[in-house]
Amino acid sequence: MEAVTETIGTDQMEQAEPQAAPRLNLDLDRTGQANEPDAADAVFEVKDLNVYYGDFRAVQDASFTVYEHEITAMIGPSGCGKTTVLRCFNRMNDLIPIARVEGRVDFRNVSIYDPRVDPVEVRRRIGMVFQKPNPFPKSIYDNIAFGPRVTGMAKKKGDLDEIVERSLGRAALWDEVKDRLKDSALGLSGGQQQRLCIARAIAVDPDVLLMDEPCSALDPIATTRIEDLMQEIKDDYTIVIVTHNMQQAARISNRTAFFTAQLDSTSDQRCGLLVEYDRTETIFSNPSDERTENYVTGRFG
Amino acid sequence: MTVTGRLTVESLTADPRQARKEQVIRYSLGVTALVSILISVLIIWSLFSEAWTFMVEVNWGSVWDIGWFPRRGIYDIKTLIVASFIVTGIAMIVATPLGLGAAIFLSEYARPGVRRTLKPILEILAGIPSVVLGFFALEWIAPNVVKTLFNGPAAGSLLASGIGVGVLIIPLVASISEDAMNAVPMSLREASSGLGARKMTTTVRVVIPAAISGLVASFILAVSRALGETMVVFLAGGASQTATYTDSALDGSLPMTAAMASLARGTDNVVGEGLTFQSLFFVGLVLFVMTFGLNIVANRFVQRVREQY
Repeated sequence: MEAVTETIGTDQMEQAEPQAAPRLNLDLDRTGQANEPDAADAVFEVKDLNVYYGDFRAVQDASFTVYEHEITAMIGPSGCGKTTVLRCFNRMNDLIPIARVEGRVDFRNVSIYDPRVDPVEVRRRIGMVFQKPNPFPKSIYDNIAFGPRVTGMAKKKGDLDEIVERSLGRAALWDEVKDRLKDSALGLSGGQQQRLCIARAIAVDPDVLLMDEPCSALDPIATTRIEDLMQEIKDDYTIVIVTHNMQQAARISNRTAFFTAQLDSTSDQRCGLLVEYDRTETIFSNPSDERTENYVTGRFG
Repeated sequence: MTVTGRLTVESLTADPRQARKEQVIRYSLGVTALVSILISVLIIWSLFSEAWTFMVEVNWGSVWDIGWFPRRGIYDIKTLIVASFIVTGIAMIVATPLGLGAAIFLSEYARPGVRRTLKPILEILAGIPSVVLGFFALEWIAPNVVKTLFNGPAAGSLLASGIGVGVLIIPLVASISEDAMNAVPMSLREASSGLGARKMTTTVRVVIPAAISGLVASFILAVSRALGETMVVFLAGGASQTATYTDSALDGSLPMTAAMASLARGTDNVVGEGLTFQSLFFVGLVLFVMTFGLNIVANRFVQRVREQY
């Protein structure tokens, strides 16, 4: 506990004065970064993605590739469209009636915006964790069991018990809640609720986990726990995370996409633009675009 | 008052006239609150005192008899209560599926534009005077629904008035249920969709359980409204002033409110044997206790809605 608190202390200092550390000290020996993955490892291929809310264009011509068993971070200032892009990966934007998506999003070489594709089937393979912990007002057990129940995964009661225990264990929450599985999930702390939401998402055994600023509502200790958890589960899942916290992106991700909000001269509206996408250490230590450099060194945003 | 200079207690003291004004406003508002409470107390007192006279003086054997014939001294309260329950039951059978269905559509399925148009229309429906619906029940529902579908009388019956009351309370059920479901945070729907649940699954397993207190409250309020509804049952209930006991919805009978209305009819000069006039207060008291109890229960549920999430 002592050690954790200490790291957090330094961490907050870095956040407070980003200029003081323009070049982050990165662990370059991280596994999986030495070899460039080939196209076969691509989980998502985004091509010329444009997203509109009514007449407003939220994302303009984004193209990039997300690789298997990596953590891909999307960073950028508010209104840069990073969350919008994330929500295209599991067709969550379909829930917003005025949203419209153009371009291609291929999930393992299948276009998920093909008219024959059922968004429900997509979402069963691509789990999502949201900005604010959103447990159902049900028991801890029922929260985890919800996904397996609605997707018909568990045939027997015993299967369900096993899934619940395994998912909570995977999310490092089992020991804290094993004696009160029948209690309401709303009684858990914020950090526990968010780990519950991660456990709930992995209970349906997805291929990919999308995380939309999963730590923004949490304190530093809870944040550290979630980050450790992500490192642990990335061998099994591909993770795409949106974060406001650049240090977080630098700490945990293999690749980083930097988005910015750019003024569109024709419509006079701000529109999200993918500036640069590269390995995380390149983005943070040697970015090729000046805008990225300004952002990651704290001169802007 | 000068801006510069030394600050004294006097410069921070309120103008006495302002303070007096506040006092006056405070007391006059207090009086208005008191008056409305006083009126309620008076109503309940007059209800209780006449009902008490009835309960003391009545021969209780006549309160459990063959029917409601107040002028002949036969005050069978069960005739009225059963008629009220039949009408309320039918009304709920009509209003629950339609109201809840409308609420689910508006809250979960309708596009924002459709919702913006339909919700006010629904609420206008709540403003239709019950006397209009009473005639509608008598002139349209009775011959076209009760007679054709149920082979009942083309004139008034408990079924006709029950359906009429049901139509009357659809907007109430729909509107309160819709509010309750709309109050369920979007984040819960997203969580459910994100796990691969279809819209109907999300509605049934997430939205409705989360909104259950509000939904139950809307049903209880609807029951209470149906029990107290007068004009529809008075016009289309198929009985006037007297009724023989029946438990068939196809017969005409007198629910509590219709019994009271048809005897009083715009004057306190109620004709009949000694206790006829007082019997109306007794019926009123029974009705009051029922709806008051239901409203208390409904309030409890509404409070639970506010505590959640």
